[in-house]
Amino acid sequence: MSTPETTVPPETGQQIDRFSRSSRWVHWLSAIFMTICILTAAILYNGSIAVLVGHRYLVEQIHVYSGFALPLPLTVGIFNRGYRDDARRLNRFAPQDWAWLRSRARRDGTIEVGKFNAGQKLNASLSAGSIGVLLISGVVMYFTSLAPLPWRSGATFVHDWFALAVGLLVVGHIAMAAKDPHSLTGMRTGRVPLRWARREHAAWAREIAGDPPATTRDSAPRN
Amino acid sequence: MRRWWIRSPGPALPADTATATEQNPPDPGRPVGRRVALGLLGVGTLGIITGTRAQSAVSSFLAPIQVHDPTGLTSLLPVGDTFRYYSVTRGAPTRDARSYRLAVNGLVDHPATFTLADLKAMPQTELVRDFQCVTGWRVPQVHWRGVRLSTILDRAGVKASGRALRLTSFDGTYTDSLTLDQARVPDVLVALQMLGDDVTHNHGGPVRLYVAPMYGYKSVKWLSGIEVTDQVIPGYWENRGYDVDGFVGKSNGRDIDEHT
Repeated sequence: MSTPETTVPPETGQQIDRFSRSSRWVHWLSAIFMTICILTAAILYNGSIAVLVGHRYLVEQIHVYSGFALPLPLTVGIFNRGYRDDARRLNRFAPQDWAWLRSRARRDGTIEVGKFNAGQKLNASLSAGSIGVLLISGVVMYFTSLAPLPWRSGATFVHDWFALAVGLLVVGHIAMAAKDPHSLTGMRTGRVPLRWARREHAAWAREIAGDPPATTRDSAPRN
Repeated sequence: MRRWWIRSPGPALPADTATATEQNPPDPGRPVGRRVALGLLGVGTLGIITGTRAQSAVSSFLAPIQVHDPTGLTSLLPVGDTFRYYSVTRGAPTRDARSYRLAVNGLVDHPATFTLADLKAMPQTELVRDFQCVTGWRVPQVHWRGVRLSTILDRAGVKASGRALRLTSFDGTYTDSLTLDQARVPDVLVALQMLGDDVTHNHGGPVRLYVAPMYGYKSVKWLSGIEVTDQVIPGYWENRGYDVDGFVGKSNGRDIDEHT
């Protein structure tokens, strides 16, 4: 693992817009609902924690309504152009994304990355799909008159495993973000240093700043 | 099926070239993100429909691993076929053989309060039956031992005006109901043992109800009171939407009997 973020001092150089206000609102509202879901899920699922907390009905209500709320920001965001543009970029996998995923040297900038790298794209689609699955299975479990009992057993099974997977996905997402202060700042303030963008998202930086590819490569400092 | 994971330029997708740069007329890529999300939805839906079988397969695969797992980490996996701790309060106070009391009152000829020793002195019945939660999880073939509820009702002598039971818990909050007919079914126990040992505190001990034909919410934990009433008074979860007559497979969205 490289530690490139140290090569870009936080307050130097030109800053560029990375995330619109809408995209950031969608991200952080989803983050809040997801966090509430995960914490309450831990109480509902883990016996040791459940014994300490109890109050199953209350915890269940918080969990269920946070779960219903979770897909809303992601859905309502569609009305915003900036968010739609981000969603479209996350959706599309170009050949270099597959190359990036396979490459051991994916962090050295040889494979030019667009606004999102393939890992971020995978995180987005896995999160979106899993949130959908958790919503559907949660609805089957919660509204007991909707489906026959074997389906509720299946929904419990699916909900458990997807919840575990999403928990790991979220932990991984936070760990990756925490390693890169500029990436965190980008999601907090919407702006990132151009130099950081040229190194981490070269193709996107060129699209924004209009530099020729060769310049981008040369200007990217190396450790 | 198209092999989308193989690199290929794919057909032109004009609507999606808007994000491309001018210098490098690029391959806009394929909508893999959408396929991944839809694929997960497909897997999830399939899992819901076939879940009972899928869960059994996973359980039988993981169970031997769990037995030989020195780290205990596999206990965090959702293996299934295990009890989940439910309490609607902060938890119940602890009662033991000295402090436990079961009150039987209401429309009865002989209101009484039983100690744990009194209950142990009564005829004991053993059952091996599933414990089925209304939300879907189930523990197969649980061993239960205790006094038939009908035995206790007969001792108390239910008056002619009695129609139903209001069951209370010493957690101070939980309640439930049974009609007298339901309560007198032979596989309804005031359970003193489950899983081969005394009912533990977290399982609702020292004494809990076990209503074999019904969902788990009818099997009151930390049982402290049996009151005979002239009508059914809906209990805790029943006031929150679950059926009063909580027969497994025949309530809460299911009309016909089914044995899975």
